[in-house]
Amino acid sequence: MDYAVAALVGCFVSLGVYLLLSRSLIRMLLGLVVLGNGVNLLIFTAGRLTRSVAPIVPDGLTQPDGPIANPLPQALILTAIVIGFAMFSFLLVLSFRAYQSLDADNTDTMRVAEPPDAPHPPLSY
Amino acid sequence: MGELALPVAMIDTLTSAADWVIVLPIVLALLGAAALLLLRGWGRLSFIFAALIVVGIIACETSLLLRVAETGPLSMTMGKWLPPFGISFAADVFGAAFALAAAVVTLIVLAYAEADRPTEAAGDGFHSLVLLLLAGVTGSFLTGDLFNLYVWFEVMLIASFGLMVIGGRAIQLDGAVKYGFLNFLATTIFLLALGLLYGLLGTLNMADIMRVAPAANPVAMAAVAALLLLAFSMKAAAFPLNAWLPASYHTPPAVVSALMAGLLTKVGAYALLRVLVIVLPASRDLLEPVLVAIAIATLLIAPLGAIAETNLRRAIGFLVIGGIGSVLAGISMPSTEGLGGAGLYIFHAMLTMTALYLVAGLIERQTGETDSRRTGGLYAASASISMLFLILVLATAGMPPFLGFWPKLLLLQAGIGEGGWLGAVMVVALLVNAVLTLIAGTRLWSHIFWRTAPNPPPAVGSAGLRMVATGALVALIVAVGLWPNPMFEAVRLGTADLVDPARYVAAVGLAGVAP
Repeated sequence: MDYAVAALVGCFVSLGVYLLLSRSLIRMLLGLVVLGNGVNLLIFTAGRLTRSVAPIVPDGLTQPDGPIANPLPQALILTAIVIGFAMFSFLLVLSFRAYQSLDADNTDTMRVAEPPDAPHPPLSY
Repeated sequence: MGELALPVAMIDTLTSAADWVIVLPIVLALLGAAALLLLRGWGRLSFIFAALIVVGIIACETSLLLRVAETGPLSMTMGKWLPPFGISFAADVFGAAFALAAAVVTLIVLAYAEADRPTEAAGDGFHSLVLLLLAGVTGSFLTGDLFNLYVWFEVMLIASFGLMVIGGRAIQLDGAVKYGFLNFLATTIFLLALGLLYGLLGTLNMADIMRVAPAANPVAMAAVAALLLLAFSMKAAAFPLNAWLPASYHTPPAVVSALMAGLLTKVGAYALLRVLVIVLPASRDLLEPVLVAIAIATLLIAPLGAIAETNLRRAIGFLVIGGIGSVLAGISMPSTEGLGGAGLYIFHAMLTMTALYLVAGLIERQTGETDSRRTGGLYAASASISMLFLILVLATAGMPPFLGFWPKLLLLQAGIGEGGWLGAVMVVALLVNAVLTLIAGTRLWSHIFWRTAPNPPPAVGSAGLRMVATGALVALIVAVGLWPNPMFEAVRLGTADLVDPARYVAAVGLAGVAP
């Protein structure tokens, strides 16, 4: 099970990186989302995958009875999903505004902030 | 059976009121940011409110710094669980001093912005975002938990996104796209490293990681440390990952550039210092050749970039990157002098880089130009701006008697103490960096102030509060440079805790570990 999920994480990350390498802003944004989800899945796997019950302590006991799922990775992922969603929303709106005012969703043509006549990256850096 | 084990991890006494001083700056900043959203459009009143909040934060952090200097690192845990179960905030001398410097810089930037921002801009949430940025920066400096560090990074990031696009000119959107994508990618890589670290060690509390990391597989730990190095180097704009900084920092208004240059890259450098040197020292030793290569490349290439730039604020962006090279040089030589030099450089860069961008804002306002090819003769119009700029150039290059001289001195001492070819190469790189920075800075200075103007400079208005705010910051840089003894005392205390983190770990007070 762990190996299957690890392979899935690998697929997510490589797809994310592939999309990030393209020039279109929306594809890059989708790449970031896929990469982020791959990372979330990785945290989940890192917390060990077990077929356990929810981490709830039964009435009258001070500690759980039998094996429970690790709640910490779930808390970490929940935080990361919320933050990632906020970033995604902002970048989506930013890309749309950039498309409207720069008339460009292609990073090769987004050169307003660069000095005129500067060569394209990587030559310019 | 666990009836006895549980209370060990629980806090049964109330946190003493004095310990709240660690979180109070963050709470004040967050509450202030929320309140300022409601006060939007109140014009000058929202500035006064924001300034009062920052003054309160400065007061808290001064008392925190004095307390940490007196009694050693301080920690506070929220909720009833001891770390590593509960999330703790921990302050040592470096963390507290950087947080204080960040608040001072923010106060000065707020005062400058009040004079600089057009009156119709009131109500765009600027003050609220500045306080949110300060909350993120302070949280990053004072947290004792790596996942918490990730959260504060994101708080900082979303606030800086907002500041970057306030006004919404096309050039800002262009810069913000590059800034936004690359920084979000960096935090995603940071999160990736955190997931692997959690899988390897089962903990994310910094003090706890120090305890369990030596037992983990060193190769896997080195891989995690390399990912962290990648993520923080992107944040700090170290050499091969610096492209986003000069591409974006010149696009927002000068005062926003100043705030970002003073705070954001420094947090990345601080995270590198803390995580690589204290938390994962064994992995740092494995990565040392990489660190040395990055440090030397950043030291040499960044000022060359500054020499090649004609846009004033883009050139200053490269000077900011060059400073990160000095911090990396200190991290790659983990002696007392090296770490002290790196820490002191971060402190110096927070003040100096902010001041440089503020002066750039003054110059742009006086001349109406952003490109140094079209400026000239400003000396006749405003000798005081030229003095400020020259002092800052000398401070950046590390000339005595300004603040920038002392960290450079410590780093050179570290290089000499290191001995061998590594120390020699570092000393040469640091000296060449100083000379190149001086060439870049004085070239800009002579283009802007000295040579005959290609176009006669336009009529000059009064710089007013802007000049006072910038002058105060520069005066602080000069004063600390002239009386460095308290600063050296703080550096001595700070590096002692970096080299031997026993006091720090004891302050965090891990559950299940005998005190």
